[in-house]
Amino acid sequence: MPAKQRVAANDWPREIHRVLRANAVRQVSYVPDAGHARLIELCQSDRGMAAVVLTTEEEGIGLAAGAWLGGERSVLLMQSSGVGNCVNTMTLATHCGIPLLMLVTMRGEWGEFNPWQVPMGQSSQAALALSGARTFRLERPEEAAATVEAAARLAYNANAVAAVLIAQRMIGTKTFEDKR
Amino acid sequence: MNLRRREVVKALLERRGELLVVAGLGSSAWDCAAAGDDPLTFPLWGAMGAACPVGLGLALAQPSRRVLVVTGDGEMLMGLGSLATIGARRPDNLAIVVLDNERYGETGMQQTHTAHGVDLAAVAAACGFAEARIVRKSAQIALVRAGIHGERGPLFYQVKVKAEHLPLVLPPRDGAWLKHRFRHALLGEKATS
Repeated sequence: MPAKQRVAANDWPREIHRVLRANAVRQVSYVPDAGHARLIELCQSDRGMAAVVLTTEEEGIGLAAGAWLGGERSVLLMQSSGVGNCVNTMTLATHCGIPLLMLVTMRGEWGEFNPWQVPMGQSSQAALALSGARTFRLERPEEAAATVEAAARLAYNANAVAAVLIAQRMIGTKTFEDKR
Repeated sequence: MNLRRREVVKALLERRGELLVVAGLGSSAWDCAAAGDDPLTFPLWGAMGAACPVGLGLALAQPSRRVLVVTGDGEMLMGLGSLATIGARRPDNLAIVVLDNERYGETGMQQTHTAHGVDLAAVAAACGFAEARIVRKSAQIALVRAGIHGERGPLFYQVKVKAEHLPLVLPPRDGAWLKHRFRHALLGEKATS
């Protein structure tokens, strides 16, 4: 692997942040996930971005609609358990043609330790598709920039809902033994 | 509760200047339409609970403009957490007016939580709004109007209104068209660039 690609592989959240910046994304909303921790930090420390912590994921869809009405682009970060919370509110994006980019870290699909994460993790992609989103699987760190760029173009150029599902295998599996 | 919702909204929106308005679904959207359809009013016909998040996104995107969310108690209750989300960001250009008739007006006038004593203004105050109050008298409407047009936000007004059946005054319902109309009125040529 060439050196540049290795760096990208090791620091894929920075690659995603770079793509968001390049796409002039100004509002970054999130319900945290361990897999999004670094990207959230990068967005919080970016003076060109407003980081908005949500109480529940569907608020981020409303936020994206308001941002777009006001001329700004927004991205919504969540884990797969939040997808179900979004289903009805996605109407706002799909019916009105609001650009909506969602970056979803997956749970319940690869060595999951928490059985309660499995049902929503297993149905996330289908639930997104049923709700009118185009879904992209991101399985390899070195493909992070290209995949998010493709989804961002679909969202912002085609007024579509685009969701990138970031594989649990790529993030690393959380266990009960994790040290804080 | 003597205040009448149509009169309250008309008073708040007349001579509205550069105010940007988001209307929550149901009666609040009809009230805004009755006050006069406007390109810079975005009425929601669905996505119950989303009115305040839409207002927040708009307020962050347009910090030099005043943004008003007009919604009902039922719609507010479905997105109650958004008061905490707004409280964490504290946009100084955002005001929320909840027309509180203590009823789900579109579905048969069933009582909402506010009919059982739930105090939305207290929730907003606890979330860190710069001002959060319950409004019961017509004499207070001028204060609400002064707030939404110029005071440092975020502001929250829970306006207790009479539970009444009113003639429907419907805004346009095509969301894509409403979005384009709003963006063109606000952003001009940039809306399509």
